[in-house]
Amino acid sequence: MNVTARQRVGWGAANVVVVLIAAIPVLWLVSLSFKDPTTLTDGSFYPHKWTTANYRGIFNQPLFTHALINSIGIALISTILGVVLGAMAAYAIARLDFPGKRLLVASALLIAMFPAISLVNPMFNLWRTLGIFDTWIGLIIPYMTFSLPLSIYTLSAFFREIPWELERAAALDGATPLQAFRRVIVPLAAPGVFTTAILVFLYCWNDFVFAISLTSTNNARTVPAAIAFFTGASQFQQPTGSIAAAAVVITVPVIVVVMLFQRRIVAGLTAGAVKG
Amino acid sequence: MRPPLGTPRLGAVADAGVQVGQPPRKRMLTERQRAERKLAWMLCAPAVAVMALVAIYPIIYAIYLSFQRYDLRFPADKTWVGISNYTTILTSTSLWWQAFGVTVLITVVSVVIELVLGMLAAIVMHRAIFGRGIVRTAVLLPYGIVTVVAAFSWQYAWTPGTGYLAGLLGGNSAPLTHQWQAIPIIILAEVWKTTPFMALLLLAGLSLVPEELLRAAKVDGATAWQRFWRVMVPVMKPAILVALLFRTLDAFRIFDNIYILTQGSQNTRSVSILDYDQLFTALNLGVGSAMSVLIFLFTALIAFGYIKGFGAAAPGQDVRGVR
Repeated sequence: MNVTARQRVGWGAANVVVVLIAAIPVLWLVSLSFKDPTTLTDGSFYPHKWTTANYRGIFNQPLFTHALINSIGIALISTILGVVLGAMAAYAIARLDFPGKRLLVASALLIAMFPAISLVNPMFNLWRTLGIFDTWIGLIIPYMTFSLPLSIYTLSAFFREIPWELERAAALDGATPLQAFRRVIVPLAAPGVFTTAILVFLYCWNDFVFAISLTSTNNARTVPAAIAFFTGASQFQQPTGSIAAAAVVITVPVIVVVMLFQRRIVAGLTAGAVKG
Repeated sequence: MRPPLGTPRLGAVADAGVQVGQPPRKRMLTERQRAERKLAWMLCAPAVAVMALVAIYPIIYAIYLSFQRYDLRFPADKTWVGISNYTTILTSTSLWWQAFGVTVLITVVSVVIELVLGMLAAIVMHRAIFGRGIVRTAVLLPYGIVTVVAAFSWQYAWTPGTGYLAGLLGGNSAPLTHQWQAIPIIILAEVWKTTPFMALLLLAGLSLVPEELLRAAKVDGATAWQRFWRVMVPVMKPAILVALLFRTLDAFRIFDNIYILTQGSQNTRSVSILDYDQLFTALNLGVGSAMSVLIFLFTALIAFGYIKGFGAAAPGQDVRGVR
């Protein structure tokens, strides 16, 4: 109501600045990915000569296409498993009283704090012995495990906020326990579970350390690891264009998800982090 | 302050009240509690099993290796050496302390900048008059982008010939090949990538500041600056501290950005990069594992320090479900 025109302009300008700062490095990658190889090194922010050769190039490379399928499959499966296990534990932590709760919460935090690079070596040996080195399951297991602390923390913060009395109220109104759970609790818990799922998915999608050390072929190599193996069209050419194109391709799904669900993510991140 | 319907004690007492004349009230309680415990353990069992099987073994193994002389180039020489790996790291080479200094520098500078920028971004998001969705999406964008990808973007931007930023620092030199230019670039990449995280946590804190309080302060003649320090900051304190804790822990273990930007050349190694070199390039598993344990101890120390500093606002204090 009491916003003056000057304030409006001021905040609008601030918004624009924030958006620009966040977007410029991304636009730069998009620009690189469309640059013709001859103008790749002109140092200009926008392409003078446009080409889609980089995109056609990476989609013709099994290294990239396989990696893309691996990334999507591995991240999705790990997310589902991790969130289901995390939700069970988080429910117990948020609602039930049991000895060992503090120990569980503390050790989950410690696991999240241990440097991942030092765990990779024993895992490498163990994975080879078990025959799961360079397989989907070999990456799903660490992703599921090391995202558990995150999902337990976020979900238990969420579950604490759910008014569980409603379940009893529904039962008094004649709902069966299953109905009460499905119609009352699930809709209330869904945003929290959903937000956690997105955070866990981003963690798996993002990971570089496990991906590069626990894979060796197209079998299970994910995109962040595959990018490191890109080569130029010839041996003497830098793979800059291909890397930029691949980077754009794996960023698009993230942008779509973030745009669709930004409200929930914001609510989720904020609720989860400050309370827990 | 919600009615504790879910808590066992109330229900158990009510039940005992109904069944008049049943002396073992206490038994009823434990009966309930036992059922609750059993359910809780059953629910936690899969998560605990997975974490124990997958995470605990490598952690224990890494700690065990840190007390061994174990170099993959000379595997036959593997012996128990006590704490000598640690003393080697901490006293006989300058590598560790050099990397430690760089890590602390990057951590402190980037976390301070992120706090300031994150606060500004949070206020802008909070006050966004139009295009709230666009602003939020844009702010979340860097957080969602794969770190390796973002690091490549910065690397190309600062590479002479390819990048639009390379000429910025003057001359034809490659900024990433000089320590005192590379470190600010690493900090810039880190700040760009993780400020959104800080901004979102601060936004949560900001939404807790009662609007009437700000208005009252304004009526009383407080300047914008005073309203910020005297009204907003005290209310936001828990959010600020949580944001600082998580970011500090993460920044101290910085790896991907440096790995892509400089590969740790020109003395830009962080402790994690140094550790990686020991484990994967030098194949010295004993010393490498000892470094991992040291990194872990330092992060634990940071966490402990913050939690002591926070007092009641610390994360985990609340997780027990006691409010």
